Amino acid sequence: MTVETATAPAIVARRLDVGYPVRGGTLRVLENLDLEVASGEFLTIVGPSGCGKSTLLRVLADLIPPLSGTVQVLGATPAVVRERRDVAFVFQDATLLPWRTVRENIALPLQVGRRSAARALAADVDALLELMGLAGLDGRYPSQLSGGQRQRVAIARALLAQPRILLMDEPFGALDEITRDRLNDELLALWERTGTTILFVTHSIIESVYLGQRVLVLAANPGRVRELVDLRAVKGTNGRCTREAPAAVEAMAHVRALLEGS
Amino acid sequence: MRSRLEPALPIVGAATILLLWQFLVPALGVPRFIIPTPVAVVLDLVREFPLIVSNTVPTAIESISGFLLGNIVAVAIAMIFVSSRLLKQTYFPVVLFFNTIPILALAPVIVLIFGLGIVPKIIVAAVICFFPTLVNMIRGLESPTENELELMRVLSASKLEIFRDLRLPRSIPFLFSALRIAAQGSVVGAIVGEWIGSNKGLGALIIESTFNYHAERLYAAVIVSALLAIVFFNVVGVVERRLLRYQSPAS
Repeated sequence: MTVETATAPAIVARRLDVGYPVRGGTLRVLENLDLEVASGEFLTIVGPSGCGKSTLLRVLADLIPPLSGTVQVLGATPAVVRERRDVAFVFQDATLLPWRTVRENIALPLQVGRRSAARALAADVDALLELMGLAGLDGRYPSQLSGGQRQRVAIARALLAQPRILLMDEPFGALDEITRDRLNDELLALWERTGTTILFVTHSIIESVYLGQRVLVLAANPGRVRELVDLRAVKGTNGRCTREAPAAVEAMAHVRALLEGS
Repeated sequence: MRSRLEPALPIVGAATILLLWQFLVPALGVPRFIIPTPVAVVLDLVREFPLIVSNTVPTAIESISGFLLGNIVAVAIAMIFVSSRLLKQTYFPVVLFFNTIPILALAPVIVLIFGLGIVPKIIVAAVICFFPTLVNMIRGLESPTENELELMRVLSASKLEIFRDLRLPRSIPFLFSALRIAAQGSVVGAIVGEWIGSNKGLGALIIESTFNYHAERLYAAVIVSALLAIVFFNVVGVVERRLLRYQSPAS
């Protein structure tokens, strides 16, 4: 067994084809996709509708099997990684269970999938409530929360098992801009502190450049890599940039041009 | 001002109709053994209270037993159908056909099989409760969204855990909208069962009062039947509100 080092990639996909069975054949969503994501990287993914952004995350989370090609997550198959709770998923609509309180929603991973390694303790729920700015809201039901608060709960739930990879499918897509900007900063702070590998699908060009160290731009019909835009030169030594920095604005224009040309 | 008066409007509505009934019906010369006045019905209800109560008790017992039996069986079968596509595809059409038989046509068959005791009344009430609960429970258990199922899968939840922590709680609102129908239906079932072969219960009282032109008592029995259904309906409503408190946005 090989020892994983910090330089070993978190995700390696080779010649990946993904599709859904439809009447009379297969609808190809992703075609011949090659991707390598470094451990601890923050990768954002943009692309037109139908380019397979969400599908890619679902393959990595073992929710959809690929038609062909290989996927390695942390050196193992997606199924193994899912069983080990090394990967967590955040959905656009938060997907909180409405009959559970905030605390009970965050604790859900402790109550299902017992065969998986349960690393978290109940005490961690309190720490996560604090971390995500949810202290005092733990007894509320999802119907009593704002959209931003719901996403915070969803992220807290995803973090409970201390995953090494966080897959986020447009988690802030339905939020107002102020809330979205604030959650962007909180997510960056979280990423810096934990070193979690994050794959983040978004429709927002600004968000993709602001958050990502690299931006994966996909083209549609079928989904394929248009360009992998490296932003590490744009970002300062702390891995951050402002949304208004000239280099960032330039990168946004570049991503926009790629999307318009695809 | 207007909004404060609004809750009183239905009371005004009921009062005007009762007043019209009280004075118009005798004025039109309708004999009181056909349509008695509301006051006469209430007086009869008070006078014959022991008789009415002694006939309400068996009907209530039959309704509640039928309600429990029909709904428990319906929930159990819904769970089986949801966990086995094969069984659902095989037997659901049969259940659907069974449901098209009018309960009034089915009741004599049930009496023929189960005799004249309390059992056939319970069965008729149960049959009425069964179908709406079965259909709603199946819909409820199948109502989790794609994202919710994916969430459970990412967490490596077992089928049993998905059932316990997702499908079952998701189905509760669906279940209760069926239980509210069943609460009233169970009273109908018990009364229909009593019509066919019984000498006690509100159904028996209704038939007997009709044949004897005892209109006040007939109307009193009808009103008590309605009250029984209203009580059951509200008990279900109270339990529902307690269980589904999470749905209200206020804390």
